Amino acid sequence: MRRVALLGMPNTGKSTLFNRLTGANARVGNWPGITVDLLSARALFSDQPAEVVDLPGTYNLHGFSDDERVVRHFLENNAVDLLVVVLNATQLDRQLGLALQLEALDLPYLLVVNMHDEARARGIVIDAERLERSLGVPVVLASAKFGPGMDEARRLIARELRRSQPRRAAAATLAQDDRLESRLDELFAQTVQRPVVLGEDPTSRLDRWLLHPWLGLPLFLACMFVVFQLVYSLGTPLQDGLAWTLEQIRTAGIEPALAGRLPEWLTSFLLDGVYNGVGTVFSFLPIIVLFFVGIGLVENSGYLSRAAFLMDAFMGRLGLDGRSFVMQLMGFGCNVPALMGTRVMRSRGLRLLTMLVIPFSLCSARLQVFVFLTTAVFSPRWAPFVLFTLYLASFATAFLTAWLYRGRLRSDEPLLLELPPYRLPTLTQVVQHAWGEVKHFVRSASGFIVAGVVVVWLLTHLPASAPVAGAETLAGRLAAMLAPVFDPLGIDQLSSITLLFGFVAKEVVIGAMAVIYGAGDSALQGVLSSRMDPVQAYSFMLFVLIYTPCLSTVAVLKQESKSWRFTAIAVLWPLVVAWLASFAFYQTARALGL
Amino acid sequence: MLQLDELPDGVPARVVRLDAVDGLAARMRALGLRPGRELAVVRRSRLGGPLQIRVGTTDFIIRPHDARLVAVEPVDEPDRTGPR
Repeated sequence: MRRVALLGMPNTGKSTLFNRLTGANARVGNWPGITVDLLSARALFSDQPAEVVDLPGTYNLHGFSDDERVVRHFLENNAVDLLVVVLNATQLDRQLGLALQLEALDLPYLLVVNMHDEARARGIVIDAERLERSLGVPVVLASAKFGPGMDEARRLIARELRRSQPRRAAAATLAQDDRLESRLDELFAQTVQRPVVLGEDPTSRLDRWLLHPWLGLPLFLACMFVVFQLVYSLGTPLQDGLAWTLEQIRTAGIEPALAGRLPEWLTSFLLDGVYNGVGTVFSFLPIIVLFFVGIGLVENSGYLSRAAFLMDAFMGRLGLDGRSFVMQLMGFGCNVPALMGTRVMRSRGLRLLTMLVIPFSLCSARLQVFVFLTTAVFSPRWAPFVLFTLYLASFATAFLTAWLYRGRLRSDEPLLLELPPYRLPTLTQVVQHAWGEVKHFVRSASGFIVAGVVVVWLLTHLPASAPVAGAETLAGRLAAMLAPVFDPLGIDQLSSITLLFGFVAKEVVIGAMAVIYGAGDSALQGVLSSRMDPVQAYSFMLFVLIYTPCLSTVAVLKQESKSWRFTAIAVLWPLVVAWLASFAFYQTARALGL
Repeated sequence: MLQLDELPDGVPARVVRLDAVDGLAARMRALGLRPGRELAVVRRSRLGGPLQIRVGTTDFIIRPHDARLVAVEPVDEPDRTGPR
């Protein structure tokens, strides 16, 4: 099959063009010569089927940064019939340089000058015919976001595909920039006219407030707060609805169908183990989808790089940048979309460091546990204060981790981030983005999640003669073995079994306690307050806050890092921190006579 | 001649020289930051944070210690903000 690859600098609307050309059936795949996944999809160009590959945004083809290397290696290892180079029409003064580099590499390409609507609105006039003549390749003026020019682009791709031969880039070095640059200036002067003085555009006006020295940060936090409010006011009812539906299917559909046909242990395995466990994880899907929408909005609107501007003075010292902070905040909703959102960070070191930090964010599932426990054990006057200190601990562990690992996971990319004009993404863009991400998550994480759920079920249900999650089960024996580890934290054996459940998903911790203590949710608060004093409860909560968030998070850590070693560190390090924090707190509190 | 991080906000200046190498230099050039081009510092964030630079129609942020590697010369045309 013919192969078409999309190439362009960041912020050119390349992904939007990709979606326009291919529809929404993209898949993630591996390619020879490179270690990151690329999106690809099949599309028809006047009856010619072709595979369209979306290459990462790249500023040039030198191969200095991770992304540039990916693009270079892809082009050297995979034959391509046609490169579609996407340029931002308002920034041809520098973006035409990419086309000139391709010319130097002798690869077949055509130019899509995208965002032509924006350029026109700013009074920029582009002489496409002259550009075509000078470069000797087809040029289309288009707006992938709104549609104009797309038919022409498809027609030209089809025409070029009919003529071109698959070619691989030679592993040659590029000529000196200077020569390309003088050609670039000449080309730009001949083909583009723009007004001498650009008036103050809406973006500059907005930036005067949003990047204000004093108001910028409060406005940023307010924006994040609004995003959270929106996600929860829409997501919580959806989540409850999905959980209720799953429960109904179980009681009305599956249980009667299985009754008497299967041995009791198998029914329990299928329903209490697999169905409930997977159901719990998946009832989080609505929240995950909505957070993807939120992240997509922040990212596509151009606000994400503004956050970098506002937060960099602080985050830079931790080896992170402002975008890491946004993802860390998103992690307070749910770690999974926040981890996947780190893909905007193109340097691997920076990205891994951010991914190491995000799981410390006190997500909504952990919040459920803390709200339940603090109301059970602490007086109403103290409970909010206790909760607040847990948020502080969340930030403290995250920043400490970043600070400790900043030398090892170093960003090899300079922080030179474009501030694109503010843009309102279309509904299609946002929905397509969120849908693609969730599909990817479900496909790659579900096997891992089912396996984890099964292991925890086996540990808490075997041998079959013992009461569920009791001291006689494998989990109980494991807890007894680990007693010397958890005793110094003030966490008793029964509670340490619930930590095992918490590995699947934090919101099952309370349910697990109800099972283990043999009390319903309403009676459980009374049982807990008699079994745990405030110091023990706080030590337990610290541990729950810091250790491995949930199976989904582990699955995504693996999916995104593609490294078992990194995943192991991202699971073990928080365990160590959790133990140390709980130990320090519990022993200090006891030593003070609390 | 000044280093870019010393250039006062809103003063148009011309790039004289890049002292950056390899990856940093390539990224600067790709964003339009190269000898001969005009630029201005739009604003800078507090506490030693990044500077917002405008070159042509491109706005980007740069950390002060990277900006130090760009030598600029203020241009005496106070009523023009864009290059050429």
